[in-house]
Amino acid sequence: MSAGGEAVIEARGLTRRFGSKRAVDGLDLRVERGEIFGCLGPNGSGKSTLMRMLLGLLAPSEGSARVLGHEIPRDAEALRPAVGYMTQRFSLYDDLDVRENLEFGAEIFGLSRARRRTRIAAALDRYGLAGYARTRAAALSGGWKQRLALAVATIHEPELLVLDEPTAGVDPQSRRAFWAQLFELAAQGTTVFVSTHYMDEAVRCHRLCFLRDGRRVALGAPAALLRPLAGRVLEVEGGRAEALLAPLAASPLVASTTQLGDAVHLLLARGAPGPEQAASEIQRFLAAGGLPDVRVRPGIPSLEDVFVAILLGESSEEAAA
Amino acid sequence: MSALARLRAKLQRTLAIARKEFRQLARDRMTLGFVVGIPSLQLVLFGYAINLDVRQVPTAVLDQSRSAISRKLVAQLEATQTFHVTHDVADEGAAFRLLQSGKVGAVVVVPDDFPRRLQRGRGAIIEILTDASNPTVASAVAAAGQGLDRWLAERLDSFRTAGETPALRPAARDGTARGPTPELVRPGAIRIEVLPLYNPERRTAVFIVPGLVGVILTMTMMLMTALAIVRERERGSFEFLIATPVRSSEVMIGKILPYLLVGHVQVALVLGLGRVLFDVPLHGSPLDLGLGALPFLAAMLALGLLISTAARTQFQAIQMAFFFFLPSMLLSGFMFPFEAMPRPAQWIGQVLPLTHFLRVVRGILMKGAPIEALAAEVWAIVAFLVVALVVATLSFRKRLE
Repeated sequence: MSAGGEAVIEARGLTRRFGSKRAVDGLDLRVERGEIFGCLGPNGSGKSTLMRMLLGLLAPSEGSARVLGHEIPRDAEALRPAVGYMTQRFSLYDDLDVRENLEFGAEIFGLSRARRRTRIAAALDRYGLAGYARTRAAALSGGWKQRLALAVATIHEPELLVLDEPTAGVDPQSRRAFWAQLFELAAQGTTVFVSTHYMDEAVRCHRLCFLRDGRRVALGAPAALLRPLAGRVLEVEGGRAEALLAPLAASPLVASTTQLGDAVHLLLARGAPGPEQAASEIQRFLAAGGLPDVRVRPGIPSLEDVFVAILLGESSEEAAA
Repeated sequence: MSALARLRAKLQRTLAIARKEFRQLARDRMTLGFVVGIPSLQLVLFGYAINLDVRQVPTAVLDQSRSAISRKLVAQLEATQTFHVTHDVADEGAAFRLLQSGKVGAVVVVPDDFPRRLQRGRGAIIEILTDASNPTVASAVAAAGQGLDRWLAERLDSFRTAGETPALRPAARDGTARGPTPELVRPGAIRIEVLPLYNPERRTAVFIVPGLVGVILTMTMMLMTALAIVRERERGSFEFLIATPVRSSEVMIGKILPYLLVGHVQVALVLGLGRVLFDVPLHGSPLDLGLGALPFLAAMLALGLLISTAARTQFQAIQMAFFFFLPSMLLSGFMFPFEAMPRPAQWIGQVLPLTHFLRVVRGILMKGAPIEALAAEVWAIVAFLVVALVVATLSFRKRLE
């Protein structure tokens, strides 16, 4: 575990069962002040359930958490004023306009009249919503809805911001703008706990945790998570990539393949030889299979490879920094 | 594809849908309850409550003569089963207060000179004041009064042969010189006058429209809030809401407040239309009416919220609201005279805010009663409001399941 910073979230053995299914299973977690902490995992891996428990919206079956010094779920109500939460599904009021939604958020979080005025003006300006102030939320596109949701979630300047897949279904440009906002908030001392499906977003987090079937299977800074995969990624080119997939999958050295245009990106199985040796062995293997004009060279691992390795059952827990 | 094959495919899809729907119905206990419960409820409620033979009208007796004949008369009155003497009053003021507040439906007045006039054989009049704001009750009382008229006439005829009857003995004991002689006691000498008060023409609209105010408010108010929380749930804003510092009670009250205004607008609208279309009067003060409507509106809204916290979908909420609406309409005295309902139905009726609100609204509108005279009814509604609001607040959990 990394030491030093002040803990904003500390989860101890958090577990939530739905019937016989364990949506979150004995999860330990520590998030520090000012971090952008990413939570990754396939659908149904327990990301939303975890967030809801940390917010006190869902009672844990076992375990507990301390969030901003409050014992959760016992003191969940005391935590509310200090937390902003953006749900996975747009959860503001479609039939209110942008300003009315901001006003509702500001009022319900108990901001004074003067602070409401300045915060709403600042939010409209900061998130470029001024031109849409009188537009009904229902009429906003995905990217604008997400901006509005972030604006409302931060209207009371929370210490902790919990974002559940905030950029799902949002175009790349809007996502870039969104992340720029997150970095700004983090620079001001806001702790951000965010879940995502996008690897390009995950890599921007200070630290990440991978969830699978409710369990933590990896934890650490992106660079630290990538380190164990160094030398285990190869790029294969030559001929039609579609024709390469099946023979490559047949090789005992290959754990998984991903087609990238004309090339195939592959992850070597655990215990495979070093990249140079593996490359030549695979080249020979393909040539023997009737594919002589293929080039195989070492590639650069991505978080997607980490993700794949985890899906294949490899725990990257040792990568925890 | 042959026509036969197409037909078979069609049939198969149709049956698949039917099977699916049946399974869903079988698993949806709410809808099942609705499908089975409503007709059964209707049958039972209508079966019991449709009873236009008014019996046991709460009655006050103002016996100014304090004579044995008057006691005999009152006993006979009770024997008709139309009247049930609940109050003995000493003066007209007390009698009117009881009538105005709806505690009694009729007042029997026996004038102090009744025995004397009876002996003289003319001008012996018993007055029955009846609350004709409810025409059904008024008609029943009128009919019973006529019945009594006949009974008296028959009794007096029998004097002619028997010479003396127990009924007339007290009159003699009164110190008056002699008992009535048969020739003096003509059947027409005794009259029972029924005076319908408040709605002398016994117009049904005058009775129905104020009641309709209550019925409409019950339905609309309850539905407004019944959908309020479940709608949040369905649209996803519930999760945003419970992550804010807002308290359950704040959500409850906050959702009630705007509709109180809506409710008052509805009251004004229905009564305005009633005035224009049916010439329904407003004898009491509009301020009293507004004041009387306030707890009732709040009670219905609170009940709606309670429904909303329990319902999973908007459709379920509507179903639950209907479950409450039906007995409200049937057992409150809106459709059938409260007095005519069997005891168990009356017990249920007493719990329903509509029952009490109908008395309030009819009292103010038709009898010009001040709100103070209806305090007991208002408090009954307030009690319901408090219970509904507390339970709704407690069952609104800032938690996901």
